[in-house]
Amino acid sequence: MDDGSTSKLHWRVARVVDSEPETDSAQTIGLAVPGWRGHLAGQHIDLKLTAEDGYSAQRSYSLSRPADGERIELTVQQIADGEVSPYLTGVRPGEEIELRGPIGGWFVWRPAEEARILLVAGGSGIVPLMAMLRERVVLGGAEFRLVYSVRSPADVYYARELGQLERDCDWLRVAVVCTRAATPQTARPPGRIGASDLAVPGWTPDDAPRVYVCGPTGFVESVTTKLIGQGHRPSAIRTERFGPSG
Amino acid sequence: MAIANKGFRGRRTESARQLPPGQHLTTDFPVLQAGPTPHIDLDDWRFTIRDERGHQHVWTWAQLKLLPSDRLTVDIHCVTTWSKLDTKWEGVSLDTLFESVETTAEFALIGSYGGYTTNIPVVDLLGGKAWIVYGYQGEPLSPVHGGPARLLVPHLYFWKSAKWVRSIELRNSDTPGFWEGLGYHSYGDPWREQRYAGD
Amino acid sequence: MTEPTHVDGNAAAGAFADVLGFDVTTATLTCAGCGRAVAFAESHVYHRAPGIVVRCPGCEHVLARLVQTPTDVRLDLRGAQSWRIPLPAR
Repeated sequence: MDDGSTSKLHWRVARVVDSEPETDSAQTIGLAVPGWRGHLAGQHIDLKLTAEDGYSAQRSYSLSRPADGERIELTVQQIADGEVSPYLTGVRPGEEIELRGPIGGWFVWRPAEEARILLVAGGSGIVPLMAMLRERVVLGGAEFRLVYSVRSPADVYYARELGQLERDCDWLRVAVVCTRAATPQTARPPGRIGASDLAVPGWTPDDAPRVYVCGPTGFVESVTTKLIGQGHRPSAIRTERFGPSG
Repeated sequence: MAIANKGFRGRRTESARQLPPGQHLTTDFPVLQAGPTPHIDLDDWRFTIRDERGHQHVWTWAQLKLLPSDRLTVDIHCVTTWSKLDTKWEGVSLDTLFESVETTAEFALIGSYGGYTTNIPVVDLLGGKAWIVYGYQGEPLSPVHGGPARLLVPHLYFWKSAKWVRSIELRNSDTPGFWEGLGYHSYGDPWREQRYAGD
Repeated sequence: MTEPTHVDGNAAAGAFADVLGFDVTTATLTCAGCGRAVAFAESHVYHRAPGIVVRCPGCEHVLARLVQTPTDVRLDLRGAQSWRIPLPAR
């Protein structure tokens, strides 16, 4: 299986296979990439759109599913007034898009590593972490805890699947943290992720988990500072910062 | 090999006025930066012109604001292909600042807080072609757009309009700045589409 | 609090891998400014610019730059004293 660490990465043409709403404002898009040689959970692709007059824009998107032949999947958040997302969330099967990948050997999870994994997602930062969870379903491996920060419950991606995984699997617990609405089913009032949200019993620094944090830069850096303040070793924390998307 | 994504336009609109070759009209104001946004205390802010003999002329913020200022409306053109028309600025013409500077130097290296540099011929800084601006659209220039003050040289690509400007060094030989040293054109005239070295 | 304006080395990885032919995210760069060992993936990247600028997360010294022209990719790697690249397991 090619994990991108040895092959040259060049632009290639992929074909949209399907596109389904993930939430009211996010779309999950399936693409077929001829010759795709697989990827690791956590990796991403760079995507390039070119207008008919030659103007082009590039964005990076994490892969939301583990390797599956030539099929890859992305979840794209619609940003009002965005440059790229309004087009992407409207693509239809058969359309072609240029991309390169898979990219990245740092923010990846290989099932043979570590026994306990703490995942911390901010908004669309859940995408690469979901690929890790979906990989775990297929290949087995570690025990996971996911802390997932969103504005409100309606913004949760993969809500049904996460709920099902939690019910059916003993290796996953999910804590949704809402910043602008009360979290249903818990007593947690709205508010940004805090130290107490990150202090997961059994996943403390003493338990030496590997930690993955993904989301907007401000979120990632604030969470990482809190984790280090709690005693997690910096070398145990892997991060991926998204810019303002659009 | 670039395929065309039908219907993809980005954040662009049609332009009634002719734009330089390869440019596209935008209605927003993209923020591009090569490093973190500096936050400069106005009490500490200084602007320096150093001539080719090493003599320095220094202005504090208070001194800059006392100088006669212009209000100007210009079009700006970024090498990343966006253009923005009729942008409104307020600032001090470099002709005013150069009144007290004696120089025969032909070249200037502009320096910014944070370390950014760009090179511009002295003739392109004088004769009503360049300003130190501190106001944008009637408001103080915001830090993300280069405030408290940036250089404005609208007849060249906008990477030459150095944000967070702090100095002009006058030199007898041309020294490439931050982008000019890595493949961008030394002069950068948008109307001759001088984006890259060798264009 | 103003929002940070950088992303990290993961965002620059595609452009660097395209020209260099290997995954740079696992490389460790020694900053020529402060001497810190920086995982490329953890560097501060400014990519809304005429090129990509990779900076030390500790001191913001420029570790690397990349400019893509129609005919070439230009790289400036002077800002790191060295790059340490783990070999892929064979």
